[in-house]
Amino acid sequence: MNFLRTTFRSSYKDKPYPNYWDLVALLWALGVIVLLAWVARQMAVPYELGQAIPISLDLHHLPGYALRTVLRMLIALFFSLLFTFTFATWAAKSPRAERIIIPFIDILQSVPILGFLSITVVGFIKLFPGSLLGPECAAIFAIFTSQAWNMALGFYQTVRSVPVELNEACNIFHLSAWQRFWRIDVPFSLPGLLWNTMMSMSAGWFFVVASEAISVSNQHILLPGIGSYITVAIASANMHAIFYAIFTMFMVILIYDQFLFRPLVAWAEKFKTEQVAEDTKEAHSWVINILHRTRFLRYFGTQLTYLFDLFVNISFLRSKPVYSPRLPVSRYMLYISWVWNSILFFVIGGALVFLYHMMIRSTPFPTILSIFFLGLITALRVFALVIVCTVIWVPIGVWVGLRSNVAHIIQPIAQFLAAFPANLLYPLVFILIVTYHLNINIWVMPLMLLGAQWYLLFNVVAGASVIPKDLLQVADNLGLGFWLRWRRLILPGIFPYYITGAITAVGGAWNASIVAEVVTWGNHKLVATGLGAYIKEQTLKGDFLHIALGIGMMCLLVLIFNRLVWRPLYMFSRERFALN
Amino acid sequence: MQDLIQSTKTTSPLIEVVNVHKSFKKGDRQELLVLEDINFRMYEGEIVAILGKSGSGKSTLLRIIAGLVAPSAGTAFYRGQPVFGPVRGISMVFQTFALLPWLSVLQNVELGLEALGVDRHERRERALKAIDTIGLDGFETAFPKELSGGMRQRVGFARALVVNPDILLMDEPFSALDVLTADNLKSDLLDLWQTQKTGLHGILFVTHNIEEAALLADRIIVFNSNPGSLRGELKVTLPHPRNEADPRFRNQIDRVYTLMTTQPLAESGDTEGHQVIDLGYRLPEANVAEITGLLETLNVPENQGKMDLPDVADTLMLDIDELFPLTELLEILHFAKVSKGDITITEAGKAFVEATILDRKKIFSQHLKKYVPLARYIYDQLTRHPRHRALEENFLSLLEDYLTEKEASRILSTVIEWGRYAELFAYDYNAGVLSLENPN
Repeated sequence: MNFLRTTFRSSYKDKPYPNYWDLVALLWALGVIVLLAWVARQMAVPYELGQAIPISLDLHHLPGYALRTVLRMLIALFFSLLFTFTFATWAAKSPRAERIIIPFIDILQSVPILGFLSITVVGFIKLFPGSLLGPECAAIFAIFTSQAWNMALGFYQTVRSVPVELNEACNIFHLSAWQRFWRIDVPFSLPGLLWNTMMSMSAGWFFVVASEAISVSNQHILLPGIGSYITVAIASANMHAIFYAIFTMFMVILIYDQFLFRPLVAWAEKFKTEQVAEDTKEAHSWVINILHRTRFLRYFGTQLTYLFDLFVNISFLRSKPVYSPRLPVSRYMLYISWVWNSILFFVIGGALVFLYHMMIRSTPFPTILSIFFLGLITALRVFALVIVCTVIWVPIGVWVGLRSNVAHIIQPIAQFLAAFPANLLYPLVFILIVTYHLNINIWVMPLMLLGAQWYLLFNVVAGASVIPKDLLQVADNLGLGFWLRWRRLILPGIFPYYITGAITAVGGAWNASIVAEVVTWGNHKLVATGLGAYIKEQTLKGDFLHIALGIGMMCLLVLIFNRLVWRPLYMFSRERFALN
Repeated sequence: MQDLIQSTKTTSPLIEVVNVHKSFKKGDRQELLVLEDINFRMYEGEIVAILGKSGSGKSTLLRIIAGLVAPSAGTAFYRGQPVFGPVRGISMVFQTFALLPWLSVLQNVELGLEALGVDRHERRERALKAIDTIGLDGFETAFPKELSGGMRQRVGFARALVVNPDILLMDEPFSALDVLTADNLKSDLLDLWQTQKTGLHGILFVTHNIEEAALLADRIIVFNSNPGSLRGELKVTLPHPRNEADPRFRNQIDRVYTLMTTQPLAESGDTEGHQVIDLGYRLPEANVAEITGLLETLNVPENQGKMDLPDVADTLMLDIDELFPLTELLEILHFAKVSKGDITITEAGKAFVEATILDRKKIFSQHLKKYVPLARYIYDQLTRHPRHRALEENFLSLLEDYLTEKEASRILSTVIEWGRYAELFAYDYNAGVLSLENPN
């Protein structure tokens, strides 16, 4: 054992000098930083409402546009993380905050994301008059809303599930709340948070593309980016430009996947608690491997860790010994909770009165009924879509999932495809619909399905691949026929995963309906009957009352379906069909 | 500091627990009493074991002393100072090790120093020294998941000792380890203690393993459960290292069993000294196959229906957490009698064991109805109901008047298991409905 000790010691004291891997890694890192800085400068240029930003379909501009899109994405991601770390932690630590934050996030989750854009864009433009920052913020905010809720809820749940003994150990060794957050809560939730972030990013790409071309109150603002590029391409019916955009996006997602998420996932392996990591294959990333081989960057990493330690152990946030009794629950506390409750009561009451006056009273009942009817049509579409997806992807997913070598290839591809913003592919379907004069009310469904289906696929693959081998062998041994095997083993086995996938797919489909139900190609425009189309049309007109009504209705329907259908199904699948 | 310790050494105890009560809030008004009127002292240079069944509140007491949990009434003192929160000078080792899986061994050991703001170089030096002392050298850069259970607990010890604690608290430190590893770690710990390499002035640990207590401790404090209270204490005067085969050691163990199984006068018993229980009694978690196995062991000709409890534990390789629920159920069902460290089979128990499988069910069913009020109550309710059905929630909410939610559902599912075996009633898991097996 002694030699281990010496190598350990010497590697600590070794002087760092660069090896040739350093050069590769350093160039790459510097390049990224300079590029991002250059692009960021473009975001705050002067801009007046009504001024048209020229979007060129020239191929040379495309990489620049892609960078702008990526930057928006990263900024939104940063704010989502900030939101997650503050609000989710707050909710996890304080029961009082929890009672408000969690239901609030739960509701916000069901608000269609483009609805946020329609409502907030005017406010943001007013906030930064005469600058492009206003519309940029609105777009970034829309992306933020597509990520933050999901990440925050996931983080909240994992922070609450930190083992009691781990927390006690931290108490016994006098870690302060600040130290505990960075030493326990964050590392413990990291693998889950990363997975959630990846999923949220997938949704984010969709909305970054959708939110760049902002159309509100008859104003068309085109923020430089891939989304605007494709909007212009659709308006001018330019097929080539559309293919360029699709290709560029493909590259962007590939790079982002290889350089950001694979390395992060591989790195996060070490934060997995022991019980999980036993039989599953560890994630690998060639980028991480390069970084591990570079001597200088490793030294840099050690220094970074050192800085992080300093940050975590800031002296004024250190714990202090307790010499006095803890505050008992006194009148003072009761008083605080009384004030808190009455504030809550007034806020809720005020909101109700406001809503009643602004919306319900000034809208005739038949209008509300017709919006509700539109909502049901879209709901029907979503429902049909789940069935179509199920019929297509469950057999394929099971086939793949039962063959682990195929699953290892298919799983990352499905995840990649899920990240690809489906709205870039819409023009291809539009063209088919327009050329063959297909019924728009039926054929928008493939549009809504394009993005949503992958969630179903990779959840089913995951479900099928964890069906225990001995159960499959028992089925063979008993000579179960095809149908019996499916009914008794495979379908129950994948059911919990299927439900999880279906819930995500449905959420995606509702969101996509706002984009998908109105189809344009050049000068052609086809509008399907549905709530999504309604919201889109009202947004174009800038009629805020009706935008709010439409969004409110969608939110309500999503909530109702979640509570009455999906959540009970999810609970049932957990209780009855969980395999361990 | 050192002088202070020297001067107070003879006069005041290291730890003093005065009139400590602990109850947990349950629902709006009800409270569940976990610890009742605990008083004890621990002196300089002692190793003290708190011995009790699981769920007896002994771990809660340890956490009150550590300042992790506040008592509902009473106070714990450390060197004369009341404990209001985690105290510098008290360190703890956990049952599940409680290591941070994303930190290396070295980083885990450094954690406590880091929190205290010890600078980087001193931190590293002290951590390396602690790792050396506990016999972990070579594993500094390893992550906990690379280590075996024994090595992980060594990290737990190194982490606890690196802050130079005055007192070490241990919460079932060896119960997650296999026997050989645990023995190895125990003797290393005793070595450290006797050679005074650690600067520790006392060790207080919680265990449900009688032999472990007798092997390590100078004094054993035996806990009652429901609610947790002190039953009595024993001094172990044998010199270290103690040998488990030594007759004097066996004698000590016998004394502990006797203390644990002797019915105090206050406890209720019927005329023959059997335990009588009420509806809300915390029924032991024992299954029928296990008690049958135990009765069969008692009934073999060599044993003639009577055995020493330590022998039972040895023969069947059960620790007290596994053994006592079985003996408790046997007592409740009048299949055996336990007193003064012995267990004796009753006539009914003999009849049960010697019957055929179907007859066993009949005997079990009769005794279950007669002696377990909860089973009887469920059976009566079902008989009275026109369609002989009842929702399990009804019984759960009844039990929750006496017990926590978790405990209530554990007890109900235990009774349901017994009832199903006895064919007293049937249970539909999906619907959560109890019904009579043969409605008549």
